[in-house]
Amino acid sequence: MSSTQHTRQAVLALADGTVFRGQAFGADGEVGGEVVFNTAMTGYQEILTDPSYSEQLVAMTYPEIGNVGVNREDVEAREPFVKGFIVKEYWDPPSNWRAEQSLGDYMRDHGIVGITGIDTRALVRHLRTHGAQEAIISTVDLDPDRLVARAKARPGLVGRDLVRGVTCTEPYDWNEPLWRLEGPTIGGAPDGNGPFVVAYDYGIKYNILRNLVSAGCRVRVVPATTSAKDVLAAKPDGVFLSNGPGDPDAVPYAKENVAGLIGKVPIFGICLGHQILGLALGGSTYKLKFGHHGANHPVMDATTGKVEITSQNHGFAVDVDSLQGKAKLTHLNLNDRTVEGLTHTTEPLFSVQYHPEASPGPHDSGYLFRRFVDLIERTKG
Amino acid sequence: MPKRTDLQTILLIGSGPIVIGQACEFDYSGVQACKALREEGYRVVLVNSNPATIMTDPEFADRTYIEPMTAEVLEQIIAIERPQAILPTIGGQTGLNLAIEIAEAGVLEKYGVELIGAKLPAIKKAEDRNLFKAAMEKIGLDLPRSGYARTLAEAEAVRREIPLPLIIRPSRTLGGTGGGVATTPEEFAAIVEGGLAASPTHELLIEESIAGWKEFELEVMRDGNDNVVIVCSIENFDPMGVHTGDSITVAPAQTLTDKEYQLMRNAAIRIIREIGVDTGGSNIQFGVHPDTGRLVIIEMNPRVSRSSALASKATGFPIAKIAAKLAVGYTLDEIRNDITRETPACFEPTIDYVVTKIPRFTFEKFPATRDVLGAQMKSVGEAMAIGRTFKESLQKAMRSLETGSYGFEPTDFEDEAELRRRLREPNAQRLWAVGDAFRSGLSLEEVARESRIDPWFLKNVQEIVAYEDELRRGGVERLAAAKAMGFSDVRIATLTGTSEDDVRGARGARELHAVYKKVDTCGAEFAALTPYFYSSFDAEDESDTTKRKKIVILGGGPNRIGQGIEFDDGGVHAAFALKDDGFETNMVNCNPDTVSTDYDTSDRLYFEPLTLEDVLAIVQREKPDGVIVQFGGQTPLKLAVPLHAAGVPIIGTSPDSIDRAEDRERFDEVLSKLDLLRPDNGIARTQAEAIAIANRIGYPVLVRPSYVLGGRAMEIIYEPHDLERYVRRAFAASPDRPLLIDRFLEDAIEVDVDAVSDGTDVVIGGIMEHIERAGVHSGDSACALPPTSINAEVQAEIRRQTIAMARELRVVGLMNVQYAVQKDTVYILEVNPRASRTVPFVSKAIGVPLAKIAARVMAGKTLAELGFTREVVPTHVSVKEAVFPFLKFPGVDTVLGPEMKSTGEVMGIGPSFGVAFAKAEVAAGTVLPRGGTAFISVRDEDRAGSIVAARRLHGLGFRIIATAGTAAALTREGIPAEAVNKVSEGSPHVVDALDAGTIALVINTPRPDAQELRDSFSIRRTALERKIPYFTTIAGAVAAAEAIAAMAAGPLGVKAVQAYHAELAGRA
Repeated sequence: MSSTQHTRQAVLALADGTVFRGQAFGADGEVGGEVVFNTAMTGYQEILTDPSYSEQLVAMTYPEIGNVGVNREDVEAREPFVKGFIVKEYWDPPSNWRAEQSLGDYMRDHGIVGITGIDTRALVRHLRTHGAQEAIISTVDLDPDRLVARAKARPGLVGRDLVRGVTCTEPYDWNEPLWRLEGPTIGGAPDGNGPFVVAYDYGIKYNILRNLVSAGCRVRVVPATTSAKDVLAAKPDGVFLSNGPGDPDAVPYAKENVAGLIGKVPIFGICLGHQILGLALGGSTYKLKFGHHGANHPVMDATTGKVEITSQNHGFAVDVDSLQGKAKLTHLNLNDRTVEGLTHTTEPLFSVQYHPEASPGPHDSGYLFRRFVDLIERTKG
Repeated sequence: MPKRTDLQTILLIGSGPIVIGQACEFDYSGVQACKALREEGYRVVLVNSNPATIMTDPEFADRTYIEPMTAEVLEQIIAIERPQAILPTIGGQTGLNLAIEIAEAGVLEKYGVELIGAKLPAIKKAEDRNLFKAAMEKIGLDLPRSGYARTLAEAEAVRREIPLPLIIRPSRTLGGTGGGVATTPEEFAAIVEGGLAASPTHELLIEESIAGWKEFELEVMRDGNDNVVIVCSIENFDPMGVHTGDSITVAPAQTLTDKEYQLMRNAAIRIIREIGVDTGGSNIQFGVHPDTGRLVIIEMNPRVSRSSALASKATGFPIAKIAAKLAVGYTLDEIRNDITRETPACFEPTIDYVVTKIPRFTFEKFPATRDVLGAQMKSVGEAMAIGRTFKESLQKAMRSLETGSYGFEPTDFEDEAELRRRLREPNAQRLWAVGDAFRSGLSLEEVARESRIDPWFLKNVQEIVAYEDELRRGGVERLAAAKAMGFSDVRIATLTGTSEDDVRGARGARELHAVYKKVDTCGAEFAALTPYFYSSFDAEDESDTTKRKKIVILGGGPNRIGQGIEFDDGGVHAAFALKDDGFETNMVNCNPDTVSTDYDTSDRLYFEPLTLEDVLAIVQREKPDGVIVQFGGQTPLKLAVPLHAAGVPIIGTSPDSIDRAEDRERFDEVLSKLDLLRPDNGIARTQAEAIAIANRIGYPVLVRPSYVLGGRAMEIIYEPHDLERYVRRAFAASPDRPLLIDRFLEDAIEVDVDAVSDGTDVVIGGIMEHIERAGVHSGDSACALPPTSINAEVQAEIRRQTIAMARELRVVGLMNVQYAVQKDTVYILEVNPRASRTVPFVSKAIGVPLAKIAARVMAGKTLAELGFTREVVPTHVSVKEAVFPFLKFPGVDTVLGPEMKSTGEVMGIGPSFGVAFAKAEVAAGTVLPRGGTAFISVRDEDRAGSIVAARRLHGLGFRIIATAGTAAALTREGIPAEAVNKVSEGSPHVVDALDAGTIALVINTPRPDAQELRDSFSIRRTALERKIPYFTTIAGAVAAAEAIAAMAAGPLGVKAVQAYHAELAGRA
């Protein structure tokens, strides 16, 4: 099914009063959230299942979406977290040898409301100028005024703890390695001797866990609220701080727990984990105008001068000035010069704002998982 | 890293003449490289034999050598210019091969020259099949599997290892004779036995067939700091089995998940590192099994390519420009992204539209060849279109081709069996056959099974075809959805039984207009400052038009035989000149390979089809002060009248004057008013009329259907019965089209004149004398400037007539006139009130940029103001020679005629005609022998000429052999000639001698009648395939003899065009 066969109507209404009319796909209903755009040309399934998108509506800049359907392998969490999906042309049936279901059916099964047939480029240009903002997608109420009013009434992301909504409730062990075309890897899972890593789940993507496993780690995932004391009691060789949704300032417990771990165990953080580490080191964070969401952002490693093409998904960033004397900048975004990575002069820790686990996106930065293992080994030795 | 300061002079190698597989994409990359390097302060020396290129315009390099591209010539240039480095990766395979040749010959070492971009080991590793295979195996990447066999038993062993189907390639057979594809063990055994017998070394390569697999390409860039980025992914609509240059291709890839795409990306990065391309771009091709996803590497090109030109236009990332900067030491993060101007070039473009490229074929020019596509590239050009969805981009690309298609028109086919064959067997019309298949009720699964085209693409076509029914039923009520799917007004009119004007009117009433969106490399994440646009029937327009004085320049569309790179030159120069004069320039074109579609060329670029609908939409948005239709060949010219009718301000020669020159009857009035002569002629609407006209004006006659380009279906006819045959066939094919019949002037010299006029003054750009006699299409004929044999009075008369016509037609801008001179009488063959194919050649010969002058004249300047008031007659001689694609079309004859068949041209410049012609021949790839045996067989009319040629050759020490009649005639003249059998006279005959390699030169001028052509066909074809120089016109043969004499007299020498021009300027 493509643009010619849609019959159900849908409306996207932004808090600033901008309205787009299109057709519905996926689930029926009404959803609200912060609308952001993602510029990756592949990987919509990974995006839908990334917990960092909790409480967000995602617009894809690439216009043809749904081409490859969905499959069981390309998920990043136990369920999708994007609430609403905005595309130029939704495509069904899929054409790919791994496809098991159409995107629309998958979204319907998971209650994700979709709107297609709108000028997504116009939406992106609007967001670029006016900033990310709250919005509503509805297939049940098509009245723009009411929808705009409801979008305006939404709370927004700043100050809200979204981590509690996505983190796991109980610790669990993970031993699945990275995906291979040839099929599930036998072996590759860590033997009993690899470093033992406790991973804080602020909304962790599976591919981080797969990367840790493929780097040789034994991995235990723990809820976001787990105390530093409990983590240390498990005697980890390293602690990992995951990605996750929303405002880093809204999860003070995470900052406190991390502060209790610094200097006691090697730490590696990604995205929200990086921001929390920044806060725990005494820095501060701020909200970006429309964030970084895509798979083509250049990041320079300040020590080697080499550039990685990175996958990014964040609306907040660590303030570079706030880190003066507290941490060392290791990675820089070449597009807007924002902080992409930090380390400490004496303590064994480092973190990056971007997503070395990719999924979706380039694998240029996968070496960081190896670097974590090296750090652990160095610290031990 | 900063740029290198140890380099001062860099030599660039261009790609030579346009041939199939190597076209103007290398002019685009070369121009970018020249600009990028000079911007950095380097002294650029350029060598390219192709005068039609923009890169060889003297302003683009410090020293430009329009010289033959041989190792010998290159060494002479290196010895003079002493460059520190050569950038070998921008001139296609020609440039790369030449670099390898001189590197291996030790020339680089001798002169201390460094290869930058890619070093010799990297080039060899990528180009050599075995080295490449070993490299891929080393880094764990998969290739199609293969094995060698010398016996059937060995072959069977290979077959047990690799699953069928298998491709069997016998070693060292011409054109793959004896090979084939086996799908069953029985077929396999049969082909292997045949192949072993056919191979002189009794050896076969047996390869896994990946025909039907999905095909992808990635454009990769690497810098000196080992940063690697992927600029663009491309997915082929046509699966493996069709040369990628002949495939419809789409960017970005459509049917890969992120995991699968990243596998490909990782492989590409490993490949460019392992091959060791230091800096610059590479193109890597992949095959993917549609059911398992198995990924195999097909090949890698360690240089810029046609695909990189496409990728540059598709993404806004200028690969060649950046490759040049990387080659001199910059890293990607140090180079700015021109489009955003804020972010660095070290990133991967993301696009929010779909790009479709469709190749343009000219099989109609070679009726002896079927339009089947395979491993050998056959297309001569391509059109690219951008749309917000695949459907929109596909249908825009279809009408960009200018083949008369405006969408999925039905095609003629006998029955379902034929239709299925057309789906199964890749061919130039397969896309339309897919439409027909859905129209006749075949299911998606069936079409996918037959064609092996990915169902995602097929489903899109199916939906377009299904919507045609909606349109038929719903009419204009369906307009909005139809336009969003990319339907053209013309196609909608056809489907709804209305006219294009009606549809445009209906759209206007509904406020349904195209909007313009930016190509910005970043999916709108950042503001784009470079105005590079495409149209879409989407919601928001971001064209931000200005109030400046502006000119719209229409380009030439896809390259084809008859309308090539020469027609891009004018538009590009117009853009440069008018920009200098303070105008805003708006370029419209849809050819991704050109300089005109570089966003750097004009102020604003519209990457759009050149149809009335698309051009009108731009004009309505921009509201320009003028539109230029004179550059770009027939494509924009034929829009002149309809655009004018729609109220568009055409500048330059008026549409009415254009019509007076183009319309035969109105043109006759012009000629009689001026009392000028043209060959006797008439227009026939019936067979009887045709015969009557021919009888009145006398045989031989030149016949052609009206409204054709490039001499299509034009024939010279000597006998009434041949005329009857021609007329019957022509009227059967298109009953409504009258035939134009001209008296054919035998043994006349053809002359081309380019002139520029401001409406008052007229200045001759150049008078070119054709080498081949009248009857050979001017585009296929070699020519010399200044003329070599026409006397001063006749030249004066030609000048007088040219000026008279320019004044009468009130030409403002360029004009080209073709004359035939017969016994000192001047006849006018045709007048083209536009830039001609020869304008770039003339401009380089005389050192005056004619196209620039013409553009400024059109915008209101006078020739006096521009300081161009006197014809420049050079003291040196410039020769243009044509280059032909015959080798790519098996079974095609090489005889030249009124229908144009050449794809490109070269230029030779020298102090004498002999030197210039010799250089032109060498540049065209004709290696003239300095001695040996010359074979001569000429028609009666050419006897006198053959004596001139033979005497000259004899004097140069050649042994002459000839067919009995010719031999007797030569002997009578005192020239020793031995007789040799014609093929029809039995062995040992001339073709045996050609096969044995004992003949060094062939002169064969058959009478153009079917019997004689058939008899001598194998001579010409064998000479072609064995690369033995051959001449099919006596004038060409005489010129060749003179060239051989010039070569014998001493080295041909090299000289930069800037030096020639300085001499001319000094003289004036």
